[in-house]
Amino acid sequence: MKNLVLGNEAVAQGAIDAGLSGVYAYPGTPSTEITEYIQRNKFAKESKIHCTWSVNEKTAIESALGMSYSGKRAMVVMKHVGLNVAADAFMNMSISGINGGLVIAVADDPSMHSSQNEQDSRYYGKFAMIPILEPSNQQEAYDITRFAFDLSEELKLPVLLRMVTRLSHSRSGINRSDQRPQNAINLPENTKRFTLIPAYAKGQYEHLIEKQPIIIAHSEASKFNKLIKANDVTLGIIACGITYNYLMENFEDIPCQYPVLKIAQYPLPKEEVAYLFEHCDRILVLEEGYPIIEERLKDYLDKDKKIIGRLTGDLPRTGELNPNIVAKALGIKQIISETKSKMVAGRPPQLCDGCGHTDLFNAINELTPKTGKKRVFGDIGCYALGALPPLNTITSLIDMGASITMAKGAVDAGLKNVIAIIGDSTFTHSGMTGLLDCVYEKTPITIIISDNSAIAMTGGQDSSALGRLKNICLGIGVEPEHVNFMVPLKKNHDKNVEMIRNEMNYNGVSVIISHRACVRLSRDKKEQIKLKIAELN
Amino acid sequence: MKTNIVLAGVGGQGILTIAAILDTAAIQQDLNVKQSEIHGMSQRGGAVHSHVRISDKEIFSDLIPKGKADLILSVEPMELLRYLPFLKEDGYLITDSKSFDNIMDYPDETKLINEIKAHKNSIVIDATKIAKDLGNSKAANIVLLGAATSKIPLSEASLLDAIKTLFSKKSERIITLNINAFFKGKELVSGINV
Repeated sequence: MKNLVLGNEAVAQGAIDAGLSGVYAYPGTPSTEITEYIQRNKFAKESKIHCTWSVNEKTAIESALGMSYSGKRAMVVMKHVGLNVAADAFMNMSISGINGGLVIAVADDPSMHSSQNEQDSRYYGKFAMIPILEPSNQQEAYDITRFAFDLSEELKLPVLLRMVTRLSHSRSGINRSDQRPQNAINLPENTKRFTLIPAYAKGQYEHLIEKQPIIIAHSEASKFNKLIKANDVTLGIIACGITYNYLMENFEDIPCQYPVLKIAQYPLPKEEVAYLFEHCDRILVLEEGYPIIEERLKDYLDKDKKIIGRLTGDLPRTGELNPNIVAKALGIKQIISETKSKMVAGRPPQLCDGCGHTDLFNAINELTPKTGKKRVFGDIGCYALGALPPLNTITSLIDMGASITMAKGAVDAGLKNVIAIIGDSTFTHSGMTGLLDCVYEKTPITIIISDNSAIAMTGGQDSSALGRLKNICLGIGVEPEHVNFMVPLKKNHDKNVEMIRNEMNYNGVSVIISHRACVRLSRDKKEQIKLKIAELN
Repeated sequence: MKTNIVLAGVGGQGILTIAAILDTAAIQQDLNVKQSEIHGMSQRGGAVHSHVRISDKEIFSDLIPKGKADLILSVEPMELLRYLPFLKEDGYLITDSKSFDNIMDYPDETKLINEIKAHKNSIVIDATKIAKDLGNSKAANIVLLGAATSKIPLSEASLLDAIKTLFSKKSERIITLNINAFFKGKELVSGINV
């Protein structure tokens, strides 16, 4: 019987079977289940595969590189925007190269189901000049991940594994192959390449450039790229990753009449692309995310009109593809007899009944008529829902940690009564450095850490902030009398409003830790949280 | 043989449990399955859906194309109508009649149910009430699964096995309750000629 797994779980199992020694990650939809699978996996536990959450994607990727430096195989996992946080190390480790196999698994979110943008991680792969692997289905997700570690060690480069939401969060049966043992510790022969002082970095960069033809040769030889020839050459199709399924869905009963190049390994294989160029009148590029391949193949002024896709309007410029969109682009007749009923109203997500964030927002909203609108800066987490009616409390949400630093900039601009709201885990992820900026300049700002003792939005993972917030704030230099605590409950409403008002009146840095555990956590978990807080304070 | 099922509901109503039962049963019968689901923000009381595809041949897309669903099974009536464009011409609709009203502009319930019933292949049952009478309203999803069995290409034995597997960590009482819910749903529609 096949193993029934999510695409993300197939990646995790592939990594385990490739001899993984450690996964490093920060939770983020749609990537979270990769790490969670390894955390639950019995074999991974027995073989002591590292799988504790990292504080953020930058610490994660650097730890993974350290494990790779030591000769072992490591994987780092994040959502697409997490790669922005990890980008510094990411860009430099293609220069240094790796030692033990290193795979960077990034889950993109086309259509922004749970994200603030739909950036395409393939750009990062190209930017760093490393191989990119993009599976089309769950079996491939398994096979490709297992293979990615071998490829990484052979090229001595990190490999980017690109997933997308629809594959990450779709289940299917997979067959596993043999389990490879973990690598032993084996330090790099040449440590100069990991020491990127300019004298060494220049040589390493040239070395990376020299490797590029070899990387393309690997794509050309890859069993995951496939050219399927056909007779009707009025059109050729390049189908990247999961879009291959959307194409083939339209050819279930009959073979596709056009030549198709299925892509799961980048850079693009030159020979196969050349075949399509020579034989086909036009080439349709199907890709999730940005039109990176379409743009690559097109001449800038589009004189030959040969390449079509998202840039030419044959496919939508934004959002994920699906079988219907591909059918339309190919002129295939579709029968869709029903339309959406006019009775259907939108049903956006909302904060859970009894959520502590709601009580906090209600307290702030009571002050707003006097303190002024549009000066509550928000952050990434469940409390982002405070931007929606009926609360309408926060008016900004950009990236992890930006609440504090944007609020600081607004204060610097002369704005008064400025509040930043940030979750406990978001604070330790990227808020601490911004707090130090505020302390350093004695910025008049009120920072409220809405602490629910969990990384709640992604499913209640453990937060590294647990029990440490007070000491972190004191350690960074917030004055002890301005590190305050409140419990966001209806019965404390008046008291909480008063505390926020008082702290807003203070001409310096105030931190209010608004603590109540996430209502979705189990009773056992809440008990553990209490014990941990007591232990650390 | 290929069957496409859209499952619909609101985050927390148990559609992923139905999906997991279908997947498990399909794998047990050595059939191919693809099942996409929604994780993340929408799970917080928002609209959620899952696409389940079962076939003896290779399945390509994780998403069911519009116009290709054999069945839309919804645990909430308005959510059923949200996914109507996925239904194929002679496809079936099954829904609980109990609404989940957590928004400002929820439609008139009588009009809503009438619109669903106007569809030629629709089955509307009071699954929540049936489950409640059996002992726990949370089993409404399994009542609906039972009601849908004749439209699903899986054997009763493998579905029951899958229910037992899925609830294996729960008490014997919960397992029995869900099995009863399954049969109650099945029995309820056996008299309806659709």
